[in-house]
Amino acid sequence: MLKVEVYRYNPDTDSKPSMKSYDLDTQGKDLMVLDVLEMLKDEDPSLTYRRSCREGVCGSDGMNINGKNGLACITPLSECVKGNKLVLRPLPGLPVIRDLIVDMSIFYAQYAKVEPYLQNNTPAPAIERLQSPEDRAKLDGLYECILCACCSTSCPSFWWNPEKFIGPAGLLQAYRFLADSRDTAENERLAKMDDPFSVFRCHGIQNCVAVCPKGLNPTRAIGHIRNMLLQRAT
Amino acid sequence: MVTAVTNLGRSGVYDWLIQRVTAVVLTLYTFFIVGFILSNSPLDYATWEELFSQFWVRIFSLLALVSLAAHAWIGLWVVLTDYVTTLTMGSKGTAIRLFLQVVLGVVTVAYTVWGIEILWGL
Ligand code: SF4
Ligand code: SF4
Repeated sequence: MLKVEVYRYNPDTDSKPSMKSYDLDTQGKDLMVLDVLEMLKDEDPSLTYRRSCREGVCGSDGMNINGKNGLACITPLSECVKGNKLVLRPLPGLPVIRDLIVDMSIFYAQYAKVEPYLQNNTPAPAIERLQSPEDRAKLDGLYECILCACCSTSCPSFWWNPEKFIGPAGLLQAYRFLADSRDTAENERLAKMDDPFSVFRCHGIQNCVAVCPKGLNPTRAIGHIRNMLLQRAT
Repeated sequence: MVTAVTNLGRSGVYDWLIQRVTAVVLTLYTFFIVGFILSNSPLDYATWEELFSQFWVRIFSLLALVSLAAHAWIGLWVVLTDYVTTLTMGSKGTAIRLFLQVVLGVVTVAYTVWGIEILWGL
């Protein structure tokens, strides 16, 4: 029997959040955490969480699994369970809407701030803007982000200043466009991040790198942005 | 762009750069002083006096003092804007942080001026 503890909170009926315990027979199978949640929901339909693709592509089921942020759908029990116990909590640092569902507004607002789309002030070519294979390769490790928020919500700097620090997810995307050979707005982009919070609140704690389910490295991207800001200023 | 007026430099880059440069100065000064003490032990007043009678030592010391003041301001400013905010302390957060920043500023200036007095025997 696997012992599962889930964070429960329904603002309409509960005065404060609580942990609810379940006992689950996994029949010795190495299930994914999402499978466990689905089984619990069969038993207790009031249990609430987000999910969609169930294969690590949509980024909906980011949550805190035994103390570490990750995607429930691609985290096997063998990877996270210690002492036959599974503890599930919502992503830390964001307001809880209900149970494992958090309000991601501030996370998306930070994403919007970096203007995550190509900007180019030269006349549009007849067919498409071409890019050499080498320039295209510079976007590897950046474009794969699925915006699951596992990284930003594991970052202490983002917990303390979610309105001012862009956070690892937003900054990874900021660098994705700074590094794109087809984008011409480099200077304008950098000018908007040259304050003590947006980029510089990152202290290289690297929690973001440790949790990213896609194996991306926001800290490295942030280092590149910092170097670009330094170069621009000195 | 997030605006901030109480940080030391004019931007995040300035603060970051000042923090690194002052750290280097402080490291060099620490090695210098500790090295001097170790190579002159047992240290007596005359040797110490002799060291600080040299102009360049006083300039180096002043540089270290100013670096310490800048380094402390930037570092503690970051700590205060992380932990003493309206998010962590409610509506009083900003007032408390401003008060602590004023205290920090007064202490920093006082130590720096006092240090200069000692160095030049004013
Ligand atoms: S490296 Fe930077 S962005 Fe990543 S968790 Fe640490 S402080 Fe946050
Ligand atoms: S960088 Fe990784 S952890 Fe962060 S939002 Fe993107 S996919 Fe998720």
